[in-house]
Amino acid sequence: MTDDTQNASQGASVSLALVGSGGAGVMTSGNMMLEAATKAGLYGLMTRTVGPQIRGGEAAALLRLASQPVHNVNDIFDILVAVDWKGAERFAAEVPLGPDSLIITDPAAGDVPEILAATGARIVEVPLAELAASVEGGRENMVILGLVAGLIGLTEDPIYKIIDKKLKKKGEAAVTASRATVHAGFRAAEDVTSPVKLAPAEEEGKDRWLISGNQATGFGALRGGIRFVAAYPITPATEVLEWMSPNLPKVGGTLVQAEDELASINMAIGASFGGRPSLTATSGPGLSLMMEGIGLAVASETPVMVVNVMRGGPSTGIPTKSEQTDLNIAVYGLHGDAPHIVTAPTSVEDCVFTAQWTVHLTEAMQTVSILLSDQFMGQASAVIDPPANISFMAQRLVENEPTEEYRRYAVTASGISPMALPGTPGGQYTADGLEHNPKGLPSTMMEDHRDQLDKRDRKVAGFDYGDHWADIDGDEDSELVVLTWGSTTNAVREGINRLRAEGIRCKLVAMRLLSPAVPKLFDAALQGAKRILVVEQSHSQQFYKLLRANYDMPGETRSFHRAGPLIIRPGEIVDTLKSWRVQ
Amino acid sequence: MNELAPKKFKASDYKSQLKPVWCPGCGDYHVLLAVTQALTKLQLKPENVAVISGIGCSSRIPAYTNSYGFHTVHGRGLAVATGVKVARPDLTVIAAGGDGDGFSIGGNHFLHASRRNTDMTYIVMDNEVYGMTKGQPSPTTDPSWDSALSPGGTGLSPFHPLVIALASGANFIARTFSGDVRGTATIIADAIKHPGFSFIQILSPCVTFRPDEKVWKEQVHKAVVSETDDPARAARRLMSDDGFNTGVLYRGVRKPYRHSCGEEQGDITEIQQQFEV
Ligand SMILES: Cc1ncc(C[n+]2csc(CCOP(=O)(O)OP(=O)(O)O)c2C)c(N)n1
Ligand code: SF4
Ligand SMILES: [Mg+2]
Repeated sequence: MTDDTQNASQGASVSLALVGSGGAGVMTSGNMMLEAATKAGLYGLMTRTVGPQIRGGEAAALLRLASQPVHNVNDIFDILVAVDWKGAERFAAEVPLGPDSLIITDPAAGDVPEILAATGARIVEVPLAELAASVEGGRENMVILGLVAGLIGLTEDPIYKIIDKKLKKKGEAAVTASRATVHAGFRAAEDVTSPVKLAPAEEEGKDRWLISGNQATGFGALRGGIRFVAAYPITPATEVLEWMSPNLPKVGGTLVQAEDELASINMAIGASFGGRPSLTATSGPGLSLMMEGIGLAVASETPVMVVNVMRGGPSTGIPTKSEQTDLNIAVYGLHGDAPHIVTAPTSVEDCVFTAQWTVHLTEAMQTVSILLSDQFMGQASAVIDPPANISFMAQRLVENEPTEEYRRYAVTASGISPMALPGTPGGQYTADGLEHNPKGLPSTMMEDHRDQLDKRDRKVAGFDYGDHWADIDGDEDSELVVLTWGSTTNAVREGINRLRAEGIRCKLVAMRLLSPAVPKLFDAALQGAKRILVVEQSHSQQFYKLLRANYDMPGETRSFHRAGPLIIRPGEIVDTLKSWRVQ
Repeated sequence: MNELAPKKFKASDYKSQLKPVWCPGCGDYHVLLAVTQALTKLQLKPENVAVISGIGCSSRIPAYTNSYGFHTVHGRGLAVATGVKVARPDLTVIAAGGDGDGFSIGGNHFLHASRRNTDMTYIVMDNEVYGMTKGQPSPTTDPSWDSALSPGGTGLSPFHPLVIALASGANFIARTFSGDVRGTATIIADAIKHPGFSFIQILSPCVTFRPDEKVWKEQVHKAVVSETDDPARAARRLMSDDGFNTGVLYRGVRKPYRHSCGEEQGDITEIQQQFEV
């Protein structure tokens, strides 16, 4: 950062926005920049914002690069480069700029839109199109790649490595042209004063992964033991399914494209009844359609995992933008008393862990788990250290040698009853969504209903979730606690860390387990809390109300909440907590 | 299909002890009998058979067999059955249900199960009424049939499940009458053996809400023409039949759905290499 008064963590990273309408190739520039940065030993996060058009329309690749792992977006963008300004007003709010920011614009693209110019950002004109045209076969998106890389202090070498790798298929000429165009970008950067330079990486990035949240979710699920997936496409969950489809057969699994979400949830239930750990992935509208099936899985104790990648709702809502508003339906959407699990990853990287853990919970408890990811982390790409392989293999309690006494829905102390898989002689039973007795036979009797409700509740409420129920960070015995969940977690974490760097004690509790309630764990984590801020991306405070309904909040509680698509930024957390302290 | 059993199974080995909830005289009793006879014919081990249904009187059938079963939710039996078969290709999967379950609320799954052509057998006990909910018209009900929900009749022409199955790609299409237990059993066994998605419409009277269906016994007749694997001929025949023709009306040669879960194999660490930069 140019200004020393700005907080410490901000200086360690750069935030870049590469803007251009569809076809300009800014996403390609962004992806290559991220890979090149990785090669240069940096970490990074790239999100994308696109308009409603199927193809074309305004688009921006938003990157944050740093020598430390990056999990969230910063307050202000340091550099914005635009190939053109078509439709740029529409996402101006998502790309906040300040007086220290730099806007690079092609004079041929016309004036910088007023809404951006009004931020006071320094505007520098660079003839991007002309530079591209100076190289045979040159493209503007390669110019901006070189230009921005040069501005932030990357060297040309890692960029060329990525070009060689990515464009090999297109032939020698394409590689040469791209290298030359990138070089032209680097030369142009020499004439521009950059507001920010990246601290060089300490070592070359070894063994890093470049992964999107949706891929990470699919991978974690596979690693957890999922071997059957039923799929119906929906934004922004499709990539989970598209990643799993070619990868499942490598481990003996398969994916079926279903005719609708009613089919996909029920296919997953059937496959799991057959003994295969099963999953389906969807987003809000699809989750609504699945609710009856999810109830069937709860009642018949057929383990199924549902990945729900949240988008703006209700109804078709804003399919391409993020929101944390499927919490209510995930927790409360089932009819009847239907205890089940709701989890949420806290970052792109954590999608691997949370998905794997969620498979484990689903299988161990023979119940339904809904994993709530969201568009922000699902469609963001991040450079991460290889996630640790925790040993949560799907483990279902099965009955391999049933005797005459075998009861599929035996009332046990843990609530978990051994499951006979089809093909097991003597274990035959009929799984049923009708209330049933321990044998699985339909029953309308009060005792059976009570016993089965109790057992299904017991297995979920009494399970040992260990430390994984929440990410707890910051000062152990702090009076100031911020409670949050999902993809707002890391903006909050950064905000808290800025405050702590100023000597303010503060603690983060980011809940990975949203249902069932775990009051003992919660109480321990909030012991000594006097002021609690609840942060979420929801207009109606779904998370805040969930907490209020299920937990005793030990101090004064406030809610910081906002609907999507605007994400919550670290500076807002800092401001909110500071103003609360001052009062 | 699973391997031959060493022990000789009797029809009673395929029946559970549970007493059906069906009304005395309901056609579904005969269907149950026919299913157990078909399984006896094939000598399948009961534990290697999965009977999957939706919701309705007819959908109660899984618990009355001695195989693995799943009584799912209204209209979704075919989807669950598809999941079972893809996950466990070693099992013999029989989906079962009623006309409301399969043709109305589950209609989309009927189309796509036919098209997908997964190797299983789908039995619809068609009584041209919603029995379980006490007598409302279904997609196969006559337009003038009077009921509380549709006084004077729906005025809608019934749709033709066999034609729809054919047009959607089902690989085996038959019609039987529940009262003809032997004939029904033979066709069920035939359908189970035939690769791909086999669809059997079993005319199964609802004595309680459609007492008029008692005459079906006199109306049904064996199809006089020989079987065909030609969809065009089958279509013409189905379009012009009187709805009481019984027998195998189409026996196709389409390849069944090819995806299924295999043996656990491979190494996840190879998969993760794609993320390494
Ligand atoms: C989602 C849903 N809607 C409605 C019902 C009520 N319901 C139960 S069975 C049934 C109709 C059954 O008719 P059919 O499938 O023809 O079976 P039958 O009873 O005639 O054998 C209906 C509408 C339900 N169980 N679930
Ligand atoms: S209502 Fe009709 S279909 Fe249902 S059991 Fe009675 S006779 Fe059979
Ligand atoms: Mg019926």
